[in-house]
Amino acid sequence: MIVCDFDVLRPEQGVAALLPDGSQVAVFLTAEGSLHALDNIDPFSGAAVLSRGIVGDRGGVPVVVSPVYKQAFELATGKCLEEPSVSVAVHQVRVRDGVVELT
Amino acid sequence: MTSLSSRTLVVIGNGMVGHRLVEILRDSSWRIVVFGEESRPAYDRVALSSYVDSWDSADLELPALSGCELRLGEKAVSVDRDRKVVVGASGVEISYDALVLATGSVPFVPPVPGRDLPGCHVYRTIDDLDEIRATVEAASRPGRRSGMVLGGGLLGLEAANALRGMGVSPHVVELAPRLMPIQVDDGGAALLKRLVEKLDLTVHTGTSASSIERDGTRLIAKLASGLELDLDVVVFSAGIRPRTDLDLGLELGPRGGYLVDAACRTSDPHVFAIGECAAVEGVTYGLVAPGYSMAEVVADQISGGARAFPGADVSTKLKLLGVDVASFGDAHAATEGALEVVVNNAVAGTYSKLVVSDDARILLGGVLVGDASSYLSLRPLVGKEVPAALLQPGGAVDVEMPADAQVCSCLAVTKQTITDAIQSGVACDVAELKACTKAGTGCGSCVPMLKKLLTECGVEQSKALCEHFTYSRAELFEIIRATRVTTFSALVEKHGTGRGCDICKPAVASILASLGNGHILGEAQVSLQDTNDKFLANLQRNGTYSVVPRIPGGEITPEKLIVIGEVARDYGLYTKITGGQRIDLFGATVDQLPEIWRRLVDAGFESGHAYGKSLRTVKSCVGTTWCRYGVQDSVGLAIELELRYRGLRSPHKLKSAVSGCARECAEARGKDFGVIATENGWNLYVGGNGGFTPRHADLLVSDVDTEELIRIIDRFLMFYIRTADRLQRTSVWLEGLDGGLDHLREVVVDDKLGICAELETAMESHVSDYADEWRGVLEDPEKLARFTSFVNAPGVPDPSISFRAERGQRVPVSLGIPEVVR
Ligand SMILES: Cc1cc2nc3c(=O)[nH]c(=O)nc-3n(C[C@H](O)[C@H](O)[C@H](O)COP(=O)(O)OP(=O)(O)OC[C@H]3O[C@@H](n4cnc5c(N)ncnc54)[C@H](O)[C@@H]3O)c2cc1C
Ligand code: SF4
Ligand code: FES
Repeated sequence: MIVCDFDVLRPEQGVAALLPDGSQVAVFLTAEGSLHALDNIDPFSGAAVLSRGIVGDRGGVPVVVSPVYKQAFELATGKCLEEPSVSVAVHQVRVRDGVVELT
Repeated sequence: MTSLSSRTLVVIGNGMVGHRLVEILRDSSWRIVVFGEESRPAYDRVALSSYVDSWDSADLELPALSGCELRLGEKAVSVDRDRKVVVGASGVEISYDALVLATGSVPFVPPVPGRDLPGCHVYRTIDDLDEIRATVEAASRPGRRSGMVLGGGLLGLEAANALRGMGVSPHVVELAPRLMPIQVDDGGAALLKRLVEKLDLTVHTGTSASSIERDGTRLIAKLASGLELDLDVVVFSAGIRPRTDLDLGLELGPRGGYLVDAACRTSDPHVFAIGECAAVEGVTYGLVAPGYSMAEVVADQISGGARAFPGADVSTKLKLLGVDVASFGDAHAATEGALEVVVNNAVAGTYSKLVVSDDARILLGGVLVGDASSYLSLRPLVGKEVPAALLQPGGAVDVEMPADAQVCSCLAVTKQTITDAIQSGVACDVAELKACTKAGTGCGSCVPMLKKLLTECGVEQSKALCEHFTYSRAELFEIIRATRVTTFSALVEKHGTGRGCDICKPAVASILASLGNGHILGEAQVSLQDTNDKFLANLQRNGTYSVVPRIPGGEITPEKLIVIGEVARDYGLYTKITGGQRIDLFGATVDQLPEIWRRLVDAGFESGHAYGKSLRTVKSCVGTTWCRYGVQDSVGLAIELELRYRGLRSPHKLKSAVSGCARECAEARGKDFGVIATENGWNLYVGGNGGFTPRHADLLVSDVDTEELIRIIDRFLMFYIRTADRLQRTSVWLEGLDGGLDHLREVVVDDKLGICAELETAMESHVSDYADEWRGVLEDPEKLARFTSFVNAPGVPDPSISFRAERGQRVPVSLGIPEVVR
């Protein structure tokens, strides 16, 4: 599924995409240029807001921090650093012909 | 014999101490059943008075208990000790292997005729406070209401303060000849009385109420002294009695309370009592710390241990109505031959008394009023040799504590234990000290001492902002100012490590904004902003935002009010008046924000910065324009100040207010900077705060004209912005400032550091560069484009957001927490 043109992404700023089934995915580009996609719903608040979190790192590991109650989620694995038993689903994402796609 | 895993412990009473016991036994093999008469989960009764700040009981809640059966709202009505069964009010019967009584106390209400009249209350539970509030709100008297607190002890003064917070002027009536007769001596109490009377309390000592009568909507109290008080509300706070209405046929202590031995066990080996309802070897305690240590004892005992109650320190330190009071050890010099060393400084408003043994060698106790900063170093010295310097007039109290002195009296931890943990490298900060020594995990009053010991042992308390910068916020501010860096990337590359995080990014964004650098959503800054700043609106629990247009000084034309109403109606926004005299519109989605703001900006509104760490509002009363008492134009000044400082980014939010006379209707002393009109000009108060830890602002300058006032506020704000820590309000900043208020005055009034011109220039450039952030977004298509829910479906609203109706408005549907992948 097509998300957007790659040019639209800005490093360390998430965007959200709506899937045909009504669910939502947050897509992030890190400063190093790698792409990640996670479920957009923050499991702690239930609000669809992870794409609006601040992107940065914890001990060198890229994370997004939920804007609601500030838990950090690893971009690569979706794992919550504060509560390792909680994680958000990871989606496969790639760039083809300058277009970002979820596979 | 019952097998280990099926043993049942029944706890009667879900107060602070009962809660603590269950928490300690959380991971034990006991099955735990708790009867709690109050309908809400256990809460922090010690902090009960702070309930009047928010009226939100969630602020007081103790950590939720898990793994036990909580029967809330169910009183235990009887116990059959032969069958070992507790019967609840619902008729339920629970068998126990061990029973713990933790029923607390009941307030003592002296037999004054009329004490049961409506409008008479006690002060013990959240429900009591709700009822007091209902009485106060129902009182029909215009203006300030009047109340009486019977009892001038610690709790009475707290109750009086709470009444003040509800707009009631309290009379405090105390039978003893002085306030706080248990803790404080005559000299200290005289000063205390003087200090609290400045705060609108009327103190009547050496008398009591002889009757209370109802007269229409009023209560009339007659005092034994002959005085008659015309009142709206009465609060009894004349002491407490251990609660033993649940009769188990057990022996009681000489002053009430279930009699227990040092193991907290009653004469029935299966029944224990802890907290305020227990008389440990005959002695009852009205403080939470001894109760907590009883909980530790019982937890140990029923797990097969042999711990005994170590006795308790009934020292107290508190800040009542902004006045420090501390008493410790033998405060009343009751020990045979004890000597007193008193320093009474009427000018400074401080009183200190040390009680020493007859040979002046051993410290026995003391009383401090007005300034209790030496309490933490003195308390552990009780029973130890007094350093001679202490007994000199004005003697320094910063003395070395002996190694065996108890630092944490709740958990009986000595200085030695703590320094060992630090020096062996086991603990490097307060959290680790708490984990390995348990010090500081009771009442928490010893935590500052733990910090001090860490420093004394050479452990540097890190000021680093976060893992990405070793600098404090103030140091980063100076680096950014001096090097003129304008991007986070450049800064972190040169002066930090990694890619930053949710702590340092917004902090740096705020510093960049304080120093100019254009729109906060500019290309280089947008990814640093917290979601509130990123969307120039406040994120709410369901992912929607709220919108607050600026209404300077709270003054608004009917036309503008109508526009707000129309916008709210057209977008179905929940509408509420804020405490800062403006209007908050809730429930806007990201996509709606620009449309909403287009209409608001067209009608002449601009951003209210409710989302930013920046100036919120300058509240005002109507002042000379309308008020019969006003002496200056408070609205005019409030608007001038709000327009001057709007948009100023700072370490935390800034609030302000202007009152038109000393009656202070705008509550300026609860603000970061507050102005109160005088006959001759203005008084400026700084460092006030409401919220979690309320603090009255301190008077910085008095009787200045408007020009001078603004010059000093300019300097004050810029000095704060440069030197405060991240998220540090002016109140905490001022308290932590070396040299305190005097130093602040030297810097911003007397210009001792020679930086005032620079601070003023910085503020001038803020004022001249100000531009409305929302207008900036509406005029820039690139910024506007970010206000969409989905990149692949611009304009489609977020389907996960839904609303329901409550009292005729839309509110969020609470979100079912989606399944998380584990
Ligand atoms: C305004 C205020 C300020 C205070 N300030 C301080 C302070 O600064 N420092 C300090 O150390 N202490 C302070 N205290 C005292 C402190 O709150 C108490 O020492 C502490 O709460 C005692 O805990 P407890 O569990 O023994 O009793 P409580 O907290 O009173 O709990 C007892 C509970 O048992 C319930 N109960 C009673 N009988 C039954 C029954 N038959 N069945 C079921 N449930 C029952 C009661 O409803 C109550 O909820 C203050 C108290 C008040 C009211
Ligand atoms: S503070 Fe003074 S001037 Fe302002 S409304 Fe109150 S009484 Fe009137
Ligand atoms: S003195 Fe109460 S926790 Fe240390």
